[in-house]
Amino acid sequence: RRHKPGALEHRRDVAAQGGSPSAAHHEVRSFFNFSQLVLSAGHLRSPPALKHSKVTYFEVEILDVQSKKQICIVDKVPPSSTLLDVKHKFHKACPQWYPSRVGLQLERNGPYLKDSISIQSLAVSSIITLYFTDLGQQVSWTTFFLTEYSGPLLIYLLFYVRLSTIYDQVESVKNFRHPVVHLACFCHCLHYTRHLLETLFVHKFCEGHTPLKNMIKGCAFYWGFTSWIAYYINHPRYTPPSFGHRQVSFAALAFLMCEAGNHFINVALAQQNHSGSKACFPSPTYNPFTWLFLLVSCPNYTYEVGSWISFTVMTQTLPVGIFAFLMVIQMCLWAKKKHKLYLKRFYPEVRRKAAMIPVIF
Amino acid sequence: WLVLGIAMARFYMQKGTHKGLFRSVQKTLKFFQTFALLEVVHCAVGIVHTSVLVTGVQVSSRIFMVWFIAHSIRQIQNEESVILFLVVWTVTEITRYSFYTFNLLNHLPHFIKWARYNFFIILYPVGVAGELLTIYAALPYVKKTGMFSLRLPNKYNVSFDYYYFLIAVMISYIPLFPQLYFHMLRQRRKVLYGEVIVEKDD
Repeated sequence: RRHKPGALEHRRDVAAQGGSPSAAHHEVRSFFNFSQLVLSAGHLRSPPALKHSKVTYFEVEILDVQSKKQICIVDKVPPSSTLLDVKHKFHKACPQWYPSRVGLQLERNGPYLKDSISIQSLAVSSIITLYFTDLGQQVSWTTFFLTEYSGPLLIYLLFYVRLSTIYDQVESVKNFRHPVVHLACFCHCLHYTRHLLETLFVHKFCEGHTPLKNMIKGCAFYWGFTSWIAYYINHPRYTPPSFGHRQVSFAALAFLMCEAGNHFINVALAQQNHSGSKACFPSPTYNPFTWLFLLVSCPNYTYEVGSWISFTVMTQTLPVGIFAFLMVIQMCLWAKKKHKLYLKRFYPEVRRKAAMIPVIF
Repeated sequence: WLVLGIAMARFYMQKGTHKGLFRSVQKTLKFFQTFALLEVVHCAVGIVHTSVLVTGVQVSSRIFMVWFIAHSIRQIQNEESVILFLVVWTVTEITRYSFYTFNLLNHLPHFIKWARYNFFIILYPVGVAGELLTIYAALPYVKKTGMFSLRLPNKYNVSFDYYYFLIAVMISYIPLFPQLYFHMLRQRRKVLYGEVIVEKDD
């Protein structure tokens, strides 16, 4: 129909121009042209109104995982949307469960589905049934790390200024403080300030969340141990290291080097993350601290462990040693996991490297 | 443990009092209770299918009581609470080990199974009461002698106060005891009544 007016106009023009003897010939030609036009018009396209009714919307039925009762139905879900969109719609319907708190499974004992999964891949029919678990109060990773690291920073300073309730005032006032105590405070604050600044400016936590319980456990561990070690280092009856200034300066130097190394490694990893080139293992640059990449696959853990061991040697305090020991165990477990992942992904480059300690482990 | 039980009964019948009972049975008690460490090893290796943590907590609390309280602090050895937990331990262990033995022989009499899963309902709280009272009685002696404690200043800048440690142990019974108790109650329901806790299916 769209093409017909054009053809008619063409015929009118021809008729207007040409004389009467060729008019009939022209008419036939125009009709031939017109029919050609119609035939070559291609597929018959349905008008816009009919087009929309062919798209299938999905309905997502959300059931409680324990009682199997229906909580709500999210309807009019377009097939191109992801699970995150469904979670947002669910949040609108039930405001108390914000998306990061919602855990959705396809079966009762199955794994939790990722936010990026598209609805199309889950659909068996036009109604999808998902089971809902409340994952509990969630905090973002940024909040988690900021709380975890600012606690030790403040707690150590409280002990450093020798609050009256902690130490006996008479002893505290008349006591001469060995320089290593001031150095230890400086190093400790440097360590946690660096962590805080890296959390704010270097690391990129892509909107992940973690349950509040994890934050409480982590904070209890860090804050508890910081109180314990700060108590002994800042105690009026603190005994300086046995080998004197040599021990302190050597350990302090090692500590600063490990801190710098840790920082540069984190920056290198963040840059690699940022540029999206996760296709290759991070390579050492002109910076000598990154040369550890040649020997181990997780040098950031190596440097962290090194910092704490240097701090132990510097202060010669057993509680710091116990804390360092626990950190070593934790870092070893994390490094082993990461190393396995790297072996799967970057086998040729990572093959001869150790996970955390060069040559040994 | 049967040997221990009989020795305790004999002593009481001969002397008529519990004073000095601990001294007379202590060698046997220490030998058999320390050997219980093997139970943790069995769980860790895998020949026994129980949680290492639960067994570990129970065995270590027993060893702690025997060596670090009763053996080390002589003055409380004649307390009544010591007899209390000794009797409880004896009865519990005899029932438990006979249960395991007959189970392995595939010839379990019903009354042993019944005893194993019902005696603890009374014995467990009584045993805990005995232990707590003993630790409480030991506190003044610990404070006076300052035993097992490390004071500042010292080369490694650490201190340890046994007195406060014992108080912390007593407080730790509050969260731990109900957990172990309810764990045993659940086991009891599972074994005696075949109740399996599952979600209701359609």
